[in-house]
Amino acid sequence: MSTVDYTREISVIEGQPPLREIDEVISKPLETKPDKKFYMAISVTLTMLLIGGIALGLSFYYGTGLWGNNNPVGWGLPIVNFVFWVGIGHAGTLISAILFLFRQKWRTGIARFAEGMTIFAVMTAGIFPLIHVGRPWLAGYLIPYPNQHSLWVNFTSPLLWDVFAVSTYFAVSFIFWYVGLIPDFAALRERTTNKIKKVIYSIGSLGWRNSNRHWQHYEMVYLILAGFATPLVLSVHTIVSFDFAISILPGWHTTIFPPYFVAGAVFSGFAMVQNVLIFIRKIFNYEHIITLKTLENMNKIILLTGSMVGYAYAMEFFIAWYSGVQPEQFTFLNRAFGPYAWAYWIMVSCNVISPQLFWFKKIRTTIPVMFVIAVFVNVGMWFERFVIVVTSLSRDYLPSSWAYFTPTLTDFGILIGSFGLFFTLLLIFTKTLPVVSIAEVKAVVDGSQPSHKDH
Amino acid sequence: MTDKKLYSLTAVFDKPDDIINAAEKVSDSGYTKYDINTPYPVHGLDGAMKLPPSKLGYSALVLGLSGTFAAVLMIYFMSVYDYPIVIGGKPFFALPAFVPIMFEITVLAASIGTVLTMLFFFFKFPNNSHPLLETDYMKLVSVDKYGVSIQADDPKFNEDEISKLYNDLGASKILPVYWDLEEVLYEHKIVEPKFLGMLALTAIIVSGTVYFSLNKLMFMEPFSWMMEQEKLSPQQKSEFFSDGYSMRPPVEGAIARGDLPYQFADKPEMAAKILSNPLVSSEENLLLGKTKYNIYCSPCHGYFGEGDSRLRGQFPNPPSLHSQKLRDWTDGRIYHVIEVGQNVMPAYNTQMTNNEKWATILYIRALQRSLNAKESDL
Ligand code: HEC
Repeated sequence: MSTVDYTREISVIEGQPPLREIDEVISKPLETKPDKKFYMAISVTLTMLLIGGIALGLSFYYGTGLWGNNNPVGWGLPIVNFVFWVGIGHAGTLISAILFLFRQKWRTGIARFAEGMTIFAVMTAGIFPLIHVGRPWLAGYLIPYPNQHSLWVNFTSPLLWDVFAVSTYFAVSFIFWYVGLIPDFAALRERTTNKIKKVIYSIGSLGWRNSNRHWQHYEMVYLILAGFATPLVLSVHTIVSFDFAISILPGWHTTIFPPYFVAGAVFSGFAMVQNVLIFIRKIFNYEHIITLKTLENMNKIILLTGSMVGYAYAMEFFIAWYSGVQPEQFTFLNRAFGPYAWAYWIMVSCNVISPQLFWFKKIRTTIPVMFVIAVFVNVGMWFERFVIVVTSLSRDYLPSSWAYFTPTLTDFGILIGSFGLFFTLLLIFTKTLPVVSIAEVKAVVDGSQPSHKDH
Repeated sequence: MTDKKLYSLTAVFDKPDDIINAAEKVSDSGYTKYDINTPYPVHGLDGAMKLPPSKLGYSALVLGLSGTFAAVLMIYFMSVYDYPIVIGGKPFFALPAFVPIMFEITVLAASIGTVLTMLFFFFKFPNNSHPLLETDYMKLVSVDKYGVSIQADDPKFNEDEISKLYNDLGASKILPVYWDLEEVLYEHKIVEPKFLGMLALTAIIVSGTVYFSLNKLMFMEPFSWMMEQEKLSPQQKSEFFSDGYSMRPPVEGAIARGDLPYQFADKPEMAAKILSNPLVSSEENLLLGKTKYNIYCSPCHGYFGEGDSRLRGQFPNPPSLHSQKLRDWTDGRIYHVIEVGQNVMPAYNTQMTNNEKWATILYIRALQRSLNAKESDL
């Protein structure tokens, strides 16, 4: 075993690269023509997007009857997908805001990318409640504006809280992301020789001139934004869980939902970020910026949140038994052994069992293995939302209205399309903007900060 | 190159330690209009430049609190003052249920407001015509060098003195930065064809899109408020039924519930003899009769049955309902008139239920009695 010197902070960027090289590596994808691999990848995602587009177009034209939603299960796949995608977004804010407040320097390499994923995931998620209302072009009524019916929205409804939470989350994530991009736009503006790009970067940089009089306020704003984004990200999934917890349906009406949903969101989000980063660092040669250590740290968070989710599953069962409420007990037995037992056990094996493998350092640091585990986690988390939404609705208090829910091809088409949209946006992002924050990475390279010898 | 206008004299340093040192010396020498440019925030520079701490925290506080306040005010106005509705038995001002939205609006106002304050108020951005941009100096300090720039309008500015100071500090390069004369002398005019053209184009596109989407798009499939539906509406031609009617007549011989066909259509005497009023003149029945009489009969017969029509001669005035003839008629005979009409008077068999017809007759009897009361009535 090698001994580690704990008095020295281990650098998060490997090999102390010259600062100029960091510029070159990060801006390379923006300055080179996309290669074959890129075209192959984007043609796959665009095909998926097209499938989703067709499924959506049909749903708009013929109506939501094309979906599997039936009478007790009115929420169906759209709400499952909504909760899934909002959850994916949470990792980005966690990395960029919460880890920033905790001064975790390893976040610098992945923060920008994770924030981008947040924005795209929230955009994707936003589609689902809109299409679920059936006529999305009338969604303007969700906003309290003075209208000819002189009616206002219902401020006591969790569904309205959702509207505010998700749109605030999108706006704040976007502004956080943009503020981070301003100095990078300035660096690119000074680098590029292309006239059109120069105009675009100049507009984006707003005339940033790397002045320390600006850096001072800039760092302050970053801190403030991180401080606001932290409670915000917790509130968003809490409010999403209120959509369930505020109702009186057995299996939904529990106080454990907010923390359990937040843990689940971070869990699936980190799995998704880890999956995508494994490709990014390989394709763009960022191995020294997004180090193996970073991936290992992410796996540790997956392990932690995965255990929290497993604890929540166990706790739900315990409380159902301990409360002595019959419908509650029935619901949980029905989840594990009823008609949706298959979904429940997929969820448990993917979410509770597979991340436990991350206790072993060897597995935490072997890329193919952790990739597979993270894929399992994402599958499991999708099924978790499926289990929550569908099992409770399909068998509620009134046995005469029970029904089995089966998603249709159109449902799956829309799900595939959502993945297509998310990955298409990501791919475009990698080719148009620096996916790693140039300024932030430079600031944490060894030797980039003064030694304070004479102070 | 004498006609160039100097903006500042800059120096470039290689090491972060050097720039801290330089910042200290420059600020100690009494220069005020100077700046330090670094590719990333260098720790300790704020202290070396003796900058006061950023005041952005206060603006975040103020903006956040105004957000909270605005949210409470908005929710109060909408769901307590303007249109209160009881939902789930909660009070109109259900504060706990308002907390999530108050929180979201607070965060939204504070974060967006603070960033905008910083960019537009503190930094006076956008400022893409700043002379430092796209100079050799900026190309260095945006990558891996650290620079000092002392502006020419500093009261203590002296080129030779500053060059000496820079050399003493160990600058690797000293670069003068000039104003871009083309930009300095450029006059901004409002009445510029390009600008006006842009303005007109934006106006046309925006108003066109709004007009199209509100007046045209919203009435096209599938946005058309479900106006087009695959069902037959009344009066529509049907391809399915052989007679072409979409409205189906009832099967031959079918009668509506409780509606026996009227047997005395052309036999008023029979009706007068056989039909009798099933209702007693209770207060309830008289009130019903009054309402129905006022609705159906009073426009022609007048509120008190005196034949004083309100139709102003557009329809022949009916005779008084107080005539001896009518007082002698049985209830069944009047019923017959309501059921089938009489000469120009239309029938009321479809508008009124049987009960209402009999109640109306009771009311007419009461009207008649009011004008010809017997002594015993007094
Ligand atoms: C559109 C105007 C109109 C309305 C409404 C109307 N009537 Fe008449 N009614 C007439 C006219 C006109 C006559 C005279 C018909 C004729 O020339 O024999 C008449 C005649 C009568 C007579 C016979 C009087 C007589 O001396 O022969 C009775 C009874 C009568 N109406 C009852 C009613 C009752 C009860 C109602 C309410 C259900 C009613 N009418 C509503 C226009 C109306």
